[in-house]
Amino acid sequence: MTETEPRTPPQAAPGTGGVSPAAGAATLSGHLKGYLRRLASGDLGRLPIVVGLLLIGVIFTSLNNAFISPVNFTNLIVQMSPLVVIAAGVVFVLLIAEVDLSVGYVSGVAAVVVARLLTENGWPVVTAVALVVLTGLSIGWLQGVLVAKVGLPSLVVTLAGLVGWNGLVLVLIAGRGTVTISSPFVVGITNAYLSATVAYGVMAAFVAVYAVVQLQRRAARTRADLPVVPMTVIVTRTAGVAALGFGAVFYASLGRGFPLIGVVLLVVIAAFTFVLERTSFGRHVLAIGGNREAARRAGINVDRIRIICFMISATMASLGGLVFASRLRSVDTNAGGGQIELNAIAAVVIGGTSLFGGHGKISSALFGALVIQGVDNGMGLLGLSSGAKFLVTGFVLLVAVLVDSVARRGRTRSGLA
Amino acid sequence: MAVAADPPILALRGVSKRFGAVRALTRVDLDLQAGEVVALVGDNGAGKSTLIKSVAGIHPFDEGEVRFDGEPVRITHPKDAADLGIEVVYQDLALADNLDVVQNMYLGRERHKALGVLDEESMERSARETMTALAVTTLGSVRQVVAGLSGGQRQSVAVAKAVMWNSRVVILDEPTAALGVAQTHQVLQLVRRLGDRGLAVLLVSHNLHDVFEVADRIAVLRLGQKVADLRADATSQQEVVEAITAGELADAAGTEVDAS
Ligand SMILES: Nc1ncnc2c1ncn2[C@@H]1O[C@H](COP(=O)(O)OP(=O)(O)OP(=O)(O)O)[C@@H](O)[C@H]1O
Ligand SMILES: [Mg+2]
Repeated sequence: MTETEPRTPPQAAPGTGGVSPAAGAATLSGHLKGYLRRLASGDLGRLPIVVGLLLIGVIFTSLNNAFISPVNFTNLIVQMSPLVVIAAGVVFVLLIAEVDLSVGYVSGVAAVVVARLLTENGWPVVTAVALVVLTGLSIGWLQGVLVAKVGLPSLVVTLAGLVGWNGLVLVLIAGRGTVTISSPFVVGITNAYLSATVAYGVMAAFVAVYAVVQLQRRAARTRADLPVVPMTVIVTRTAGVAALGFGAVFYASLGRGFPLIGVVLLVVIAAFTFVLERTSFGRHVLAIGGNREAARRAGINVDRIRIICFMISATMASLGGLVFASRLRSVDTNAGGGQIELNAIAAVVIGGTSLFGGHGKISSALFGALVIQGVDNGMGLLGLSSGAKFLVTGFVLLVAVLVDSVARRGRTRSGLA
Repeated sequence: MAVAADPPILALRGVSKRFGAVRALTRVDLDLQAGEVVALVGDNGAGKSTLIKSVAGIHPFDEGEVRFDGEPVRITHPKDAADLGIEVVYQDLALADNLDVVQNMYLGRERHKALGVLDEESMERSARETMTALAVTTLGSVRQVVAGLSGGQRQSVAVAKAVMWNSRVVILDEPTAALGVAQTHQVLQLVRRLGDRGLAVLLVSHNLHDVFEVADRIAVLRLGQKVADLRADATSQQEVVEAITAGELADAAGTEVDAS
């Protein structure tokens, strides 16, 4: 530390408590108590979203039991896939307490670009997709620079983006009506299904990685003489994840099988979760969302990180556009429309990521999209109009924000804000 | 530990800083020795925060020389200061509320394992060790989120953060301004321990009682000029108060400017 050997001051005598290794919850009951204490203090974690999903499942199944059918289950995964991809990028922007309203029409631009390149110009899929990614990176860079370097509010910059990129979609599609997509690769993104064996294998790999990551962390903490999670908790968690994963594969296999895009979504969520929670970049994103000035004083290149967040958002929006194009197998003047940006932001917020920055998880994109698409799908099965869908989705969003702000108040009271 | 003959770690020679028409600092000299706690006092607007921010590289001095270990250095960016081993604990704590203690202590200087993965274990381990070495005993767990800490605990985290790096100079801007009696005492003890460990410490404070509790030397700023530099055991609160309010200004120009 310093060249001078630190003298051990008398106050540091062992046994005076403070930072003792026993401070953690080493037992199962200690762990459970910790969880309940966090709940009581307003750190609700995934609880509201799980309750919400259960409610949606129960309500729509009781109204029309086609909702819970295996075929509808796989439909739901495919339907929500573009939203999940887009929302996963939006999480980064919300985490730095900004907003990106342009993602809907950025996805539209990407969809039109890929459709025209493949169908009209006969580009190879690889280059077309590369160009889509490049489009997203450039748009994100532009918007990010306007926010971070020029200092314009992200709300306005990306609102201009919303209007402008909508214009670009119309210009690019002008006079063409509908451009169909026949590339087997692009169509396959959302229309390929895994055989049961492959699906179980993939799921087993996921569960194994999940278990190994936790065991490794536990081993490393044991080596460093730090408090660890009880083994029973790791086993229970892994068993839960395995049950959910294998259950989903099994259920899907009763219908069309597990969709390929479902695996892609899991990979995206896992990869971004790694980036957010296990790398310096992710740490800096959270720090900027929590206290931008603190991040700056810590020597973090705040502008650079903010620009990268906008680039991630726009790039994921572009890829989401590709997924949309795959689902529809064609692109028309409506590309990017239908309040995609609002649904994506709503999904992330419903999933539990705060609009105020600094608090959230990547998986909120998945859970939130599941809620929004679940409501949409369920009401569609009931033959209800778009108007009714919007009313209900709006209500759900309001409930989610209400839960978040009540929880926030709880956190502030108990000092966890 | 401070021997008068030691060359100062940090020496300011005739440094000045203006903000437009405001002369925030005029030709200030200041030495910081290893193992010595120097208090910087002065009325509101005297230029204390300005001096600290310039040393920290937030806004460089306009004129004058900064020497580190006797060598002239230029500090124009916070990174320059950090590279020299100068750490600053700001008046408005630079901690991110949503991160825990370990995450805050290593913010911007995280340790990594292979493939850029954060080395949480080693960071947590060292954070604990630093807390123990500094005898910060009031903190329950280093994995607590900072928002949940008391003012004194937060200040302790901010101070501990500053000494984790091979720092040689630690500068604190009013570390006890918002604290109660017990917590003030706790933080002042921590400041004293930094000096005892051989660091050069510069403490900005309005509270002369605090200053006399920990400082070896007291430098007084008035209207951007240093008007007194006194050994704490050879002066009195009254003498310091006089210097703060009516210390003789060498450069009369300093009074032309409304420094409010
Ligand atoms: N960024 C700035 N721009 C313009 N003027 C400034 C700036 N920072 C400080 N000043 C001016 O410089 C002078 C010194 O201010 P400084 O903040 O250093 O005082 P201080 O001694 O820290 O006061 P306090 O005890 O109130 O914290 C004041 O007149 C102040 O208005
Ligand atoms: Mg000040």
